[in-house]
Parts: sequence; C-alpha cells; structure tokens
Amino acid sequence: MSNTVLEVKNVLKTFGGLKALNDLNLTVKEGTVHAIIGPNGAGKSTMLNVCIGQLTPDTGSVTFNGEMITGKKPFEINQAGISRVFQTPAIFEDLTILQNVMVPALASRDGDFTFNAFKSLQKENDLEEEAMKFLQEVSLEDQAHNLAGSMSRGNKRRLELAMCLIQHPKLLLLDEPTAGMARHDTNRTIDTLKKIKEGGMTKIIIEHDMHVVFSIADRISVLAQGTIIAEGTPDEIRGNPKVQEAYLGGAHL
Amino acid sequence: MNKLKMMPEWLIMVVFAAAILTMPIWMSPLGAAYPDLLQKFAIFGVFAIGYNILFGLTGYLSFGHAAFLGVGSYTAVWSFKLLTMNVLPAIFFSVLFAGVFAAIIGFISLRRSGIYFSILTLAFAQMSYNLAYSVLTPITNGETGLQLERDDPRIFDTAVTEGLPTTELFGLSMSGYSGFYVCAAFLIIAFYVSLRIFRSPFGLKLRAIKSNQTRMRYTGYSTRPYLLTAFVISGMYAGLAGSLMAVTDPLAGAERMQWTASGEVVLMTILGGVGTLIGPLLGVGIIKYFENIFSAINETVLHGFFDFLPSWLQEFMVFITSPFVGEGWHLTLGILFMLIVAFLPGGIMEGIDKIKSKFSKSSGQSDDSTTEAVREGA
Repeated sequence: MSNTVLEVKNVLKTFGGLKALNDLNLTVKEGTVHAIIGPNGAGKSTMLNVCIGQLTPDTGSVTFNGEMITGKKPFEINQAGISRVFQTPAIFEDLTILQNVMVPALASRDGDFTFNAFKSLQKENDLEEEAMKFLQEVSLEDQAHNLAGSMSRGNKRRLELAMCLIQHPKLLLLDEPTAGMARHDTNRTIDTLKKIKEGGMTKIIIEHDMHVVFSIADRISVLAQGTIIAEGTPDEIRGNPKVQEAYLGGAHL
Repeated sequence: MNKLKMMPEWLIMVVFAAAILTMPIWMSPLGAAYPDLLQKFAIFGVFAIGYNILFGLTGYLSFGHAAFLGVGSYTAVWSFKLLTMNVLPAIFFSVLFAGVFAAIIGFISLRRSGIYFSILTLAFAQMSYNLAYSVLTPITNGETGLQLERDDPRIFDTAVTEGLPTTELFGLSMSGYSGFYVCAAFLIIAFYVSLRIFRSPFGLKLRAIKSNQTRMRYTGYSTRPYLLTAFVISGMYAGLAGSLMAVTDPLAGAERMQWTASGEVVLMTILGGVGTLIGPLLGVGIIKYFENIFSAINETVLHGFFDFLPSWLQEFMVFITSPFVGEGWHLTLGILFMLIVAFLPGGIMEGIDKIKSKFSKSSGQSDDSTTEAVREGA
C-alpha cells in the first residue's frame, strides 16, 4: 500500500483556449482502487487519455512505476503495464469473442511485434484455456465462438474488461465501466471488480454511479475544471462540503 | 478457433492440390482447358492470394500492386538475359526485388490509412509505370518491352546458335502444359503459405488491426510493422506472379504496371470474397474465364446455341444476348460485379455460405458454423 504506481505532476492540457487539465496532480498508490469523480467536462477522460499516451500534455509529466511515460506511444505504455477500458466499448467487432481476448493475451506474451506467421493458432492451447478462464470471469464463455459485434453494449463492456484483465496489467484504467448498463449487469461488474480488487491490481476508475464508487473505491479524487479539488477516503469525500457544492450541486449524499 | 469445425490443413491442401492439378480435366467441358488460359488462372491466382493477405486481412486497399507484378516480370526477364534460362533464379530474384520494392513503397504509403493509403499506392504504381516507359528505358526497353535476344550474355548457359532460347526448368521447357504445372506448383505453395498465415497468431493480429486499429495500439501492438510485413508479403506474391508471367512468356512490358492491372486484382478479390482463403481464386476464375471464353462467343455461336427455337425467336434471342457476349463481356462482368457488391458484399463466398446455412438450418442444425467459417477464412 505504500509504493506509488502512478504520479501525475503539474499537468496542463489546453484545447484552444479551454484548459481541460489545469495544473493537475494525482498520486495513485499500489493496490488501491482510486476513483475519480467530477461533473461532466471536468477533464476526467482527458486525464486518462494523457495517462495512456493518447494525448501529450502541454506541460507536466506522468510517471509510472518511477518511469516517465509522457511522450511515449500508446503501445509502449500498454506494454509497460497500463490497460484501459474505454467509455465506448473498444473491441474487435469482426472477431469472435474468444479471439477478442486472445489478441491482448498474445500482446502480453509476444510483445509489440512478433512475426509468427507459421505457427498455428490451433496449437495455442494454453492461451485459449486462459482466454476461456477470463471469459468465465465475465460470464461470456458460452458465447465464446460468436462474433463480438453481435453482442449487447453491456456484454461488449464486460468483454473489454476481460480483454484488459488477461493482460495482467499493473494499472487498470476504467472509464465508466458500468455506464449504460442495466442494474443487474452493473452489479455483476461490481462483483467482478471486487474480485480482482482482492488480486491487488491497482485501478483508476471514473464513474458517475455513486453506488459503484462507494462500493469499491479505497480513495476518491474529485476533479472539477481540470484540477483536483478534494481527495480522501470515501467517508471523507462524502462529508466534504466543497465536493457537495461543486459536484453534487449541494444535494446530500 | 473451434477445432472441431475447422478443416485440418492437410485435408485442405490435398483437396486443393487435387483440384488445381486436375484442372486440365475438369475445365475441358467449360472449354477452358488449354495451357495458355490455365497458366493465367494459376498466375493470377498467386497474385490474388497474395493481394488478399494485405487487403483481406488488414483491410488496406492497395491500388498499386501491379507495380510489383511489373518489377517481378522485369527482374525475371533480366535474369533470363544475364544469368540463365532456368526459371528458378528468375523466380528467386523476382520475389526478392519485388519484396524490396514493396518495403520501400509500403514504408511510405503506410504512413496513411484509408483512402489516402490507396491514393499513395496508386500514385507510386503510376509513377513506376511512367518511369518504365520513359527514363528507365535502358532497363525496361520502354514501349517495346523487355525481350530476349540471341546475343544476351546468359553467363551460365551455352550460347544458342539459332532462334531464341526458351525458358526451362532443368531441361523441361516451360511452354504448354509443363508451364502450367510449374505455375500450379507455385500456386499450391502460395496457397499453403497463405493458409498458414490465415491461421497463425500473426494472421489473427492482422484481422484485429482491420477490425479496430486504435484498440490494437492500446493493446500493446506496434501496428505499422505488422502492416508493412503484410504489405511486403503481398508484394512478394505479386513479384512471384510477375515472374511466372515471364516464365511462361519471356517478355515484360510497362503496361503490366498500369493501374488497370492493379484494379483487376481488386475486382477479383472482391468478386470472390475478401478475406476468405478460396474467394480470390474464384474471382480469378470468373474474370479470366469471362475475358477469354465469354469474349470469344460471337453471333454465330449464339445462333447455334438458340438453334432449337423457331427462327423469329432465335433472331430475337440473339439480338437480346449478343451485347453481353463477345466484345460485350465487360458489360456482363460489370453487371455481375454490381449485383454481387450490392447483394453479397462478402462476394461469392458469402453466397456459398448463405446457401450452406440454409441447408444446415433445414436439417435442424445451428448456423454459427458458417459465420465462423467466414471468420476463419476457411
């Protein structure tokens, strides 16, 4: 619980005149589930984009396990151990569900480029077994041979979660993993996330659903107008008047 | 992925090799069993299979593959001129040069995707075509095309005294059926390599790039080397096809590099079924059949065909059908292509799969095996 996994330091990111991230500082400790909450347009997704190399900050830096990752390419950052679940499911719609999980598993095993054009996929039994195991985790194993694109949105999100988990990332970024899900699916996702929490994987989760946030987060940071306005344990945040003002519009949690 | 439903490799290869090698027999009722046309089937088959590795697996639509075909042909003819009339060195150097050329063009073109990639490859191919016609005349012999001459050095062969030497494989002349069988052998090898690629982790990754390249980047893949590798492999296939053209007919002209030749392989692949193993070959079969057989049907043949009808109806039928045959074969092919793209975007292979799934449904089985077969490309 002591090592810092991710450190965002003085990050500034502007789009035209808009300061999407304004002198943002964030420290995420190993093994914690760190929730980022905040109103729409607060810069939550922009922050994740900076962390995975999709965006380069104007100034400031992001350090992962002591290594500077600002300016690195997305694939290098993933190979270093950061996986992300996107807000809109980013999966391989034209592949089968099983193949969707095997592709990230291959990335973790073989690295960013391997020319294994004469190896047969059918002989990758270990890999397939592992993929099935992770599909069971998100209860998609029955549909393993169906096309991923034919699934419901909720299932696609769960598939994407499995795709990230099979990479055994050191840091998992979750961008609203339950948005648009039915209550039943939300609860299942919470269960899955709780289960992997026990595994000790560090996670950053962006979420609007307070039910989800308070049931899994160890720490919460509140982001508003591109900067962190409060940080603390769920209980501290629940009672923080500044947060209620900025985010909840004065309503009581 | 499902092992039960996938045909084993050896079985596919046995069936495929048998089908290709017996072409002279089963093509004869179709009137297409002469060596010249059979060679074309095999050569364009190699071209289309290779093209499909790029277009079918990665979705990158190259409009410049004829350039590699041309490079292959020129290299082969130079090998015949400088080294020996044996076809093996010619084929080896053609594949090598086409690969190097593809690496250069691919390196630049793959900086862009989608339509910009297509335009870049088209531009490069047209540039090569125009260069072959003009400034590169010392290498390409310009408009006349590169031909064999009696006093070429051919350092490994004994000098010929009269006529022109012919291409050979350790004494076996490459004309007629022996030429076809050599092309067929290369087609079978080419198909096997493509089958392996389709079923390898590498092939899966290429298909994943086609499906969602952004996801691939965030999944830890450096996508450009994958694309470049696929591009070079398909360029080498084109080089092989180009050299086989020179093997069966040892001359090389710039028109082989023209954009129409690039367009032809795109049509073949789409017509048969993009991203399927067999589809491109079906496309080749249909287009080459139309080009050579359909185009030879004239009014006399049509009259013979409608002979059984009363004469006024016979005249009428000939009048109706004649624009679609003979020189009008392009029209028929165009209509066929339009219909297929409009109703079967997955090409003929999609049609076959639809028919298959109808049958399996009526016999009470589920139809996911067919969708899967499409995905597996098997």
